[in-house]
Amino acid sequence: MSLLLDFVNQQLNPQANHPSFKAGDTVTVHYKIKEGDKERIQQFSGVVIMRKNHPSTASFTVRKISNGVGVERIFPVGSPFIDKVEVNKVGIVRRAKLFYLRELTGKSARIREKIVNKKAQ
Amino acid sequence: MSGIIGKKIGMTSFFGANGKYIPCTVIEAGPCVVTQVKTNDKDGYEALQLAFDEKKEKHTSNAMKVHFEKAKTTPKRKLIEFRSFEESKNLGDVITVDLFAEGDIIDVVGTSKGKGFQGVVKRHGFGGVGGSTHGQHDRQRAPGSLGASSDPSRVMKGMRMAGRTGGNRVKLQNIEVVKIIAEKNLIIVKGSVAGAKGSYLIIEK
Repeated sequence: MSLLLDFVNQQLNPQANHPSFKAGDTVTVHYKIKEGDKERIQQFSGVVIMRKNHPSTASFTVRKISNGVGVERIFPVGSPFIDKVEVNKVGIVRRAKLFYLRELTGKSARIREKIVNKKAQ
Repeated sequence: MSGIIGKKIGMTSFFGANGKYIPCTVIEAGPCVVTQVKTNDKDGYEALQLAFDEKKEKHTSNAMKVHFEKAKTTPKRKLIEFRSFEESKNLGDVITVDLFAEGDIIDVVGTSKGKGFQGVVKRHGFGGVGGSTHGQHDRQRAPGSLGASSDPSRVMKGMRMAGRTGGNRVKLQNIEVVKIIAEKNLIIVKGSVAGAKGSYLIIEK
């Protein structure tokens, strides 16, 4: 991509202040929803199955099982409607796109968790 | 009608103030130098000739070198005339993106991408003929009938047929200026603009 376009992307899309997370992590996205004049916050928590890193169209996909049905939601990283992103678990996975999780349910759909030493932090 | 010459850089998108996702085109516009002022007395019409984009001197003909020297500027690649410029300008004046402001409604002229020899479905938006059943075959994207039979026993002029598509001058009207970055000579407009990346555009106010 041209340098000028990179420059414009930096100007137009300020860096979002989300904590760093990657595919395999379990996150809770606090998403602002407008209902008329009111605004409320809805939470969506699940496993991040992919991240897309284009400067202006960066997004991440969160998958969860809701009432036995798999639900996936794509959030643009720079969306002003994202109030905050909480990282609940850090997962250990061996690939960047976890589409194989769509085929799996129950015990086999679990992801190994990385134990984060809180004292060290 | 004032204007400036620009170059298409590419497209991107961003979140607007109300949270809407806005696609936009980045145009590098100017600075343009006035290389000739055409007047009613001398040329029979009023116009400003603007020049844009640097060019190497060794690629410039001697005649053009003199033309640029008259305006006390370096050789430029693209020369375009603008009729009835709102402000009066002198030879050698520089026109920048300051001509425009954020929120302005502008027109952008470009040359659309060439598509080569195309059929009527792509070129004129025909629906094609019929379906694929009832014994029909090989004519899903065909133009159909070209007209009546023995009267007029010819094809009417202007009948839309297959042929070279694209590569035309296209003017997009009423485009909103989203942002101007003056230090880099950039205009960012809402939506798309005709032409390939790197092609020249005329931006009119």
